[in-house]
Amino acid sequence: MINGTEKILVCCGTGCIANGALDVAAALEAELAARNLSGDIAIDVVRTGCSGECEQGPVVRFMPRDLMYYRVSAKDAAAVVDSLEGEPVKKLLFRKDGEFFEHMDDNPYYALQHKVVLKDVGIIDPLSIDDYIARGGYEGLKRALTMTPDEIISEVEKSGLRGKGGAGFPTGTKWRSAASYDEWPKYIVCNGDEGDPGAFMDGSTMEGCPHAVIEGMIIGALAIQAEEGILYIRDEYALARDHIQHAIDDAYAAGILGESILGTDHKLDLSIVRGGGAFVCGESTALMQSIEGKVGEPRAKYVRSVQRGLFDHPTVLNNVESLASIPIILREGGEKYAELGTEKSKGTKVFAMVGKVKHTGLVEVPMGTTLRTLIYDIGGGIIGDRPFKAIQTGGPSGGCIPESLLDLPVDFDTLVEYGAMMGSGGMIVMDDRSCMVEVARYYVDFLCEESCGKCTPCREGLRQMRKILTDICEGRGKDGDIELLERIGHMMQDASLCALGRTAPNPVLTTIKFFRNEYEAHINEKSCPAGVCAKLTQFAIDPDKCIGCGLCQRACPADAISGERKEAHVIDPTKCIACGSCREACNVDAVLTERRPS
Amino acid sequence: MTDSEQISKITEIIEAYPKDQRFALAAMQDMQHAFNYIPEEGIAALSEYLACAQSQLYSMATFYKALSLTPKGEHIIKICNGTACHLRGSMNLVTELKRDLGIEPGETSEDGKFSIELVNCLGSCALAPVMLVDGVYHNKLRVDQVPGIIEKYANAGAEGGEQA
Repeated sequence: MINGTEKILVCCGTGCIANGALDVAAALEAELAARNLSGDIAIDVVRTGCSGECEQGPVVRFMPRDLMYYRVSAKDAAAVVDSLEGEPVKKLLFRKDGEFFEHMDDNPYYALQHKVVLKDVGIIDPLSIDDYIARGGYEGLKRALTMTPDEIISEVEKSGLRGKGGAGFPTGTKWRSAASYDEWPKYIVCNGDEGDPGAFMDGSTMEGCPHAVIEGMIIGALAIQAEEGILYIRDEYALARDHIQHAIDDAYAAGILGESILGTDHKLDLSIVRGGGAFVCGESTALMQSIEGKVGEPRAKYVRSVQRGLFDHPTVLNNVESLASIPIILREGGEKYAELGTEKSKGTKVFAMVGKVKHTGLVEVPMGTTLRTLIYDIGGGIIGDRPFKAIQTGGPSGGCIPESLLDLPVDFDTLVEYGAMMGSGGMIVMDDRSCMVEVARYYVDFLCEESCGKCTPCREGLRQMRKILTDICEGRGKDGDIELLERIGHMMQDASLCALGRTAPNPVLTTIKFFRNEYEAHINEKSCPAGVCAKLTQFAIDPDKCIGCGLCQRACPADAISGERKEAHVIDPTKCIACGSCREACNVDAVLTERRPS
Repeated sequence: MTDSEQISKITEIIEAYPKDQRFALAAMQDMQHAFNYIPEEGIAALSEYLACAQSQLYSMATFYKALSLTPKGEHIIKICNGTACHLRGSMNLVTELKRDLGIEPGETSEDGKFSIELVNCLGSCALAPVMLVDGVYHNKLRVDQVPGIIEKYANAGAEGGEQA
């Protein structure tokens, strides 16, 4: 029976909104109003942050019954409301092996996760401070207010929390060091400039539970005795910015921010600085330059930011996910947090798993979970059950990891030993139709645009690598190119000014290390084994496999495919632009990849 | 917008901020938002207000991707080239747009109708490849769907098209 405590949670993360979630929420509200269920026994429609499985969005969940619907459209509103007191709508349920499942944890995508940072994301209305408080929000802050700065820092040290932006520097150590300088003002800064392509962990956290980030910042400010804090949020994240601003305003109104934090004589002001769309501003010193209203160029770190950072004052810069981990550490104690994870990497890590994986989305697991669990058990494996080739972690600073390393635990240190890294949490899954040389070129291209140009190794190194990689992809590769790439890469690692340049060669060096044969095929045989590099590839249709369905013909942007229905189709190589649309469209694997004759 | 309207809008934007260099980026972003680019007059006025060199503001305007010194088209087409979109064929969309509009990313069509921008990850990787026209998402886009979308905007005039 509906009794008035029910809620319909509609995921309104960026991904679901793009899939029409706001229309779904409005349609559900209209449907409830039409049936007068919004009177005494109100059922609230709650627009939540990202519930995780973006691929299956918009996701709708009826609580407390825990009835979860996937791929809901506005047209389904009536059926969904009907089902609140009756049989579930079968077509919207999770389905596995022909059976239907109602609850969230029936879906292995969710069951295998362990949510700490994201525990409220997808459950609460991010615009409601009451929702956050009802689930224990600001309890950590209340406890911190009874502690000395030293005690707060000790609690964080006990948790073993390390910077989740990728570097893994112990958060407690950073705070202790900033606290040791008797120089004011001090600043606490949140790095919300998540720029790695394919990564949206921090954006989703800020969107889905902005108060956790703010609470973390207030606790950090108490620890280092800062009275001003700034959140630097990437220009592209409009929704995250709106939610954070809303949360800041609510926190002021509730007496949590401002002249007197919850009635104590501690004070803190928080404000947002909008990024300008420059990847390098995710680097700490560049970020601070940008906040100061300058061009975001990094400086050499002879003096650490904890001593002389923003406006030359002691500054703590923490990543969004690190800050969002703080409230629970203070609330439940550092030791409890340290129970999760591995010996040297405590707690959990949020990943954005994208690319050629079945269940794209946001995932939080304990540190030390293997890549295989992430990709196959949680992610459901590769789209179309194609062979796995590599997973790229850590964005443009990270590396490509081959299948042989899939059973390694993912934490700050293990992957580094094998020449890769965990990074900030972006994970891009690639199948046999992804060309590793082209992937390396893609990252170098990206970094070429984003390098600030201040130091020569990074600026010129990237440019030369781009030229060589482009040559290889377009059939002009020659003997010695691989070795030259390696030399340039090592030079950049040694000589670049900031982390952007020092890590920029990683995608190139790891693809050479693990997929050297692909480079050699491009250079020696002028062929692209994955069938991606257009200058080296042409497509043909296998007449024995083709069923004449016409899907490829419709997908072809160049009108290069002809054929009668139910008869084998043919590609005209003079018209073909080798985009591969036909291969993606074909359901029977009838499109063949061939080496393009030179 | 007339010249005097533009000047008063610029003044309004600038004076909303204290006279402190740290607000230079924010003021320029507001101008970008209001005019779709940063007019010369805007830089001059801001440099006077903040008492900083115009060259400093120009170097920021060229450094940050969110800022532009030339006017953008009526409709802004953004192609996401984040890794997920790239792997799922975003560059094929760019090639198709080139065929349809005759312009490359970063350029504006001669009639001033369209600008194409190749942008960094928009965080909607599950929907890759993604194209945004005036902020409206076109998800899991196939190359053959592009001409239809463009046509709709070209015909719709300033009001823009509908969601796909």
